[in-house]
Amino acid sequence: MTTAPATAPASAALSREPGTGIARRIHDVWAMTRRNLVHISREPTQLSDVTVQPVLFTALFVYLFGGGIPIPHGTYKDFVLAGMLALNLVTSTMGTGVGLSSDLHEGIIDRFRALPMWRASVLVGRSLADLTTFLLCALIVAMTGLVVGWRPDAGLGPVAGGFALVLLFAYSLTWIAMCVGLNSKSPESAASVGFIVVFPLAFVSNAMIPTQHMPGWLRVVADWNPVSAVTAGARHLWGDPNPSATINAWPMQHPVLAGVAWSAFILAVSAPFAAWLFRRRTTE
Amino acid sequence: MSQDVIEVEALAKRYGQTQALAGVSFSVRAGTLLGLLGPNGAGKTTAVRVLTTLALPDSGRAAVAGIDVVRHPALVRRRIGVAAQDATLDRLLTGRQNLVLVGELSGMSRQAARARATGLLEQFELTGAADRVVNGYSGGMRRRLDVAASLMARPPVLFLDEPTTGLDPASRQRVWEVVRQLLAEGVTVLLTTQYLDEADALADRIVVIDSGRVVADDTPQELKQASRSARLEVTLAAASPHAAAALAPLVSGPVQVSDDGQRLGAGVDPVPGLATSIVRALDRAGIAVDNVEVRQPSLDDVFFALTGGHLGNGTPDEPGSGHGAGQAREGARA
Repeated sequence: MTTAPATAPASAALSREPGTGIARRIHDVWAMTRRNLVHISREPTQLSDVTVQPVLFTALFVYLFGGGIPIPHGTYKDFVLAGMLALNLVTSTMGTGVGLSSDLHEGIIDRFRALPMWRASVLVGRSLADLTTFLLCALIVAMTGLVVGWRPDAGLGPVAGGFALVLLFAYSLTWIAMCVGLNSKSPESAASVGFIVVFPLAFVSNAMIPTQHMPGWLRVVADWNPVSAVTAGARHLWGDPNPSATINAWPMQHPVLAGVAWSAFILAVSAPFAAWLFRRRTTE
Repeated sequence: MSQDVIEVEALAKRYGQTQALAGVSFSVRAGTLLGLLGPNGAGKTTAVRVLTTLALPDSGRAAVAGIDVVRHPALVRRRIGVAAQDATLDRLLTGRQNLVLVGELSGMSRQAARARATGLLEQFELTGAADRVVNGYSGGMRRRLDVAASLMARPPVLFLDEPTTGLDPASRQRVWEVVRQLLAEGVTVLLTTQYLDEADALADRIVVIDSGRVVADDTPQELKQASRSARLEVTLAAASPHAAAALAPLVSGPVQVSDDGQRLGAGVDPVPGLATSIVRALDRAGIAVDNVEVRQPSLDDVFFALTGGHLGNGTPDEPGSGHGAGQAREGARA
């Protein structure tokens, strides 16, 4: 009776819970994305994994290993560029988890939690800000490739499609990285767990060498590795030498489709899981 | 009462082995300021965290603006502003960017958030530092920016968790001014503090909590009156072993003697002419007196009496105020 006047306006407002409208969600995500972009601009040295590393890795592989790895119907530098794109992007994704883990240790997360914002914008905004660094990384890989003599045979559309395929996959991995970050006690442990996830993924693949030379069991793993699918997909779209096309595994026969399917699957599983972990982590 | 904007009923919350809140109840009427006082670890911050939807209570009920904080946290968040105890700022953004971000995430347009941020930066005298990264701010500047951030969306209910800790006196006054202005505008405020003078200056009502329980809930005036006895402080020209005995018939309770024997303190009933009687009694015993002071009870006395005096670190008051109370504190702890 006595509390009725106070609760009446509340129940009237229940039908429009804040932070649920799609326009409001985009508004929040945009604000969070810009915030994370400012962070990146404040500490440009942290960008070295998407700026310096691609140049180093590409030059290293082309000139150091290029001569020792024969590629049927093509040159190693044409073969390895899609692999360099995949390697550099995949190893960059774990930074997203480290950044999120740092956020969770700052007081700012309490500020966000007490605001009438869409909670998931903390995650979406971070993934989108990091996606822009991936675009930078892709650009630097392409430029380095052109400098060392990589020339895709396909037209502009398929070339862009190849980049988009690997970027989509990298974006899906940022959500796994955020799950790692949400499960880690510190940014340092997020980094080391991320390292363990990412390196086998990047290296047990067709990114740097054709899988035909691998021992049997490892070859099966590599042929079904999503990194192999997106790398073969990019080679296929770019008209670069793609030795995997002769392998009788479904993802190697349909690398573009397999790459998109892997990315969609990873996103469908890891995004809701990350949201759940975030809710659990921020409940006390 | 329908005008209670904050209602807390039998709130309990445990963190591991610590019972942070053990059945706390209080309410804050619309447009008033409640001062939540207590020593470190009393449960002040936990109460604020529950009320601001950051923590879930184990039992009990809490409502802000008539909305249950557990059942409809998202609705509560639209009506509150929070300045938490640990500055909840983005260290890599500038002061202005912090405010604009908070405004945008409160649902404001970017333009509106920018305009509001400019006004608040001016109000808190941060205009000069507005476009510097918060990492380089002093502690006091961060506190002020944090309070400013809590005001971005003009919330009708404000939670300030130790908003002036670490501020210099001028900045403190500035925050007080802003708080008074907000109260005049009809904002309801819950303010936690360890500074008793702050509660005395701002609060319409004071709730003292200790070990997760409410030990007092009253107006500052009534709280002071509740501790009826005044405090006697006597300074002798030279220590005397007979001084305490000479004072004993005139005071209520035990007489505390300082280590050097020159200062004596005791609770007294402030009857007229008390100081004269004190001086005469000591004179008869052949003891020379330098100073006699009969002090009306301060909120400090009330607070120490209520909480057993185990105020943690950070008592802001001048060290001289209540050396006698200090001794009483030691006694209470033992």
